[in-house]
Amino acid sequence: MKALVSVKRVVDYNVRIQVKPDGSGVVTDGVKFSMNPFDEIAMEEAVRLKEKGKITEIIAVTIGGAKCEETLRTALAFGADRAVHVKEEGDIQPLTAAKALAAVFKKEGANLFLLGKQAIDDDANQTGQMVAALLDLPQATFASKVELEAAKVTVTREVDAGLETLELDLPAIVTTDLRLNEPRYLKLPDIMKAKKKPLEAISFESLGVTAAAGLKTAKVSAPPKRSKGVMVKTVDELVSALKAKGLV
Amino acid sequence: MSKILVIGEISDGKLNAGTAKVMAAATAIGGEVTIALLGADVAAAAEGASKLAGVSKVLKVERAENAHILAATFAPQIVELSKGYSHVLFPGTAFGKDIAPRVAAKLDVQQVSDIMAVHGASSFDRPTYAGNAILTVDAPAESTIVATVRLASFTAVAEGGSAAIEAASTSAVLPTHTRFVKLEAQKSERPDLQAANKVVSGGRALGSADAFKIIYSFADKLGAAVGASRAAVDSGYVPNDLQVGQTGKIIAPELYFAIGISGAIQHLAGIKDARTIVAINKDPEAPIFEIADYGLVGDLFSVVPEMESKV
Repeated sequence: MKALVSVKRVVDYNVRIQVKPDGSGVVTDGVKFSMNPFDEIAMEEAVRLKEKGKITEIIAVTIGGAKCEETLRTALAFGADRAVHVKEEGDIQPLTAAKALAAVFKKEGANLFLLGKQAIDDDANQTGQMVAALLDLPQATFASKVELEAAKVTVTREVDAGLETLELDLPAIVTTDLRLNEPRYLKLPDIMKAKKKPLEAISFESLGVTAAAGLKTAKVSAPPKRSKGVMVKTVDELVSALKAKGLV
Repeated sequence: MSKILVIGEISDGKLNAGTAKVMAAATAIGGEVTIALLGADVAAAAEGASKLAGVSKVLKVERAENAHILAATFAPQIVELSKGYSHVLFPGTAFGKDIAPRVAAKLDVQQVSDIMAVHGASSFDRPTYAGNAILTVDAPAESTIVATVRLASFTAVAEGGSAAIEAASTSAVLPTHTRFVKLEAQKSERPDLQAANKVVSGGRALGSADAFKIIYSFADKLGAAVGASRAAVDSGYVPNDLQVGQTGKIIAPELYFAIGISGAIQHLAGIKDARTIVAINKDPEAPIFEIADYGLVGDLFSVVPEMESKV
């Protein structure tokens, strides 16, 4: 059984985001990038399924410019067997990404597609669902537990009411939530080994994909700041302040 | 003029409170608004939806297959219903986030996620980078606009309408490749976290599931909902549906207590729209104090019971 895992290169989650003064975007020069944390969880899950003998091959895929190769090398260090780099520059919006990923999934004949539920840069939370729609395949978003069998996968999902369990026929698309697993720390030998694993570069054109019409960003602005309030010394002071405002 | 289709969410047979907030976004866009409700029996929810101000029509889409909410079966029906509409709006909840992109992809349009402000029929603000950069985006006006609405950014429309309720049928052949197994819901008598006026949240500093009792007790005294930081959920102190933050629930209560929560960026993303934030933490350097309206440095295990006795 083959699993495809898509990984996105994003601004590291620890970076304090600065909006450019001219409103054209956020500052990315000299900023640390890493693999989208939700995609790390997807990678980790694929590797665990392979370690349990449920998956025979893991293919990592990304879409983006030359620097995204680093992210694929990270995926290979996690345990992907090989990687596919859909080399495209510029702003790639979810539907376009989904079209390319759906094409790769089909081309590879994979049975399971694991990816993060959202990327922490655009926070769109769309790509997995869109891949499922384009391929008319089952989807389970926000997974916190994945049990893979020969012809189906049972997924527990984090929904607003609690935990929901769905059963999906394979092939299927599963998007991963935070509590699915804790990704491992990469060891140096694995990082070294990853450098020798196969990495293939392809293009939208070779996949027969054209970019979908996109949303136009008119401007990017910083959110309104909450001002620092007052520090109170005692519970009495706090309670009377809240009472004065009619809050308690 | 815009023709807007709002996909209503149903929880426990009733219209979810979020739908009235999606209506506020629809009203800001302007035009004729229809609410569609999918389920096996949506009578009670339709009743609730028909009363919301600004609704022209409520569509009941009742099919046996709609007994459980599945993106794979809901999306083709919504695609069918969307014909002739300029906008299809979903609540920015787990329900809407699951289904909307599946609809957008079928309509071959990009989706606008988490509308937080409406500037025009096709111009919206949406948050990125955990709310640290706000994009103003223009969607192509010539195709259907599919969007989710960030509930914390809108105030629910009032009741007082009396829209017509109509039955609608869908002919889409529904896949059977996705099957509902079970829902483990956390039954609670407390107010719903996403709709509550007051929320008391606890963090890692509580130290155990047992210690969380003081949070529940204080919340009950205030009539507040209970929330938690990711750290508290990850540590197993409380169930996942209480998580507040970038990837949990985004809330906008009148009063928010952050107790023993340091204030990671991801948590702050979930509470930015709270009217008044009170932070209680033993670490005076905790980042939560940077955004709190009232901060108290102290041991939560003595502060919280004292507050409970004094409010």
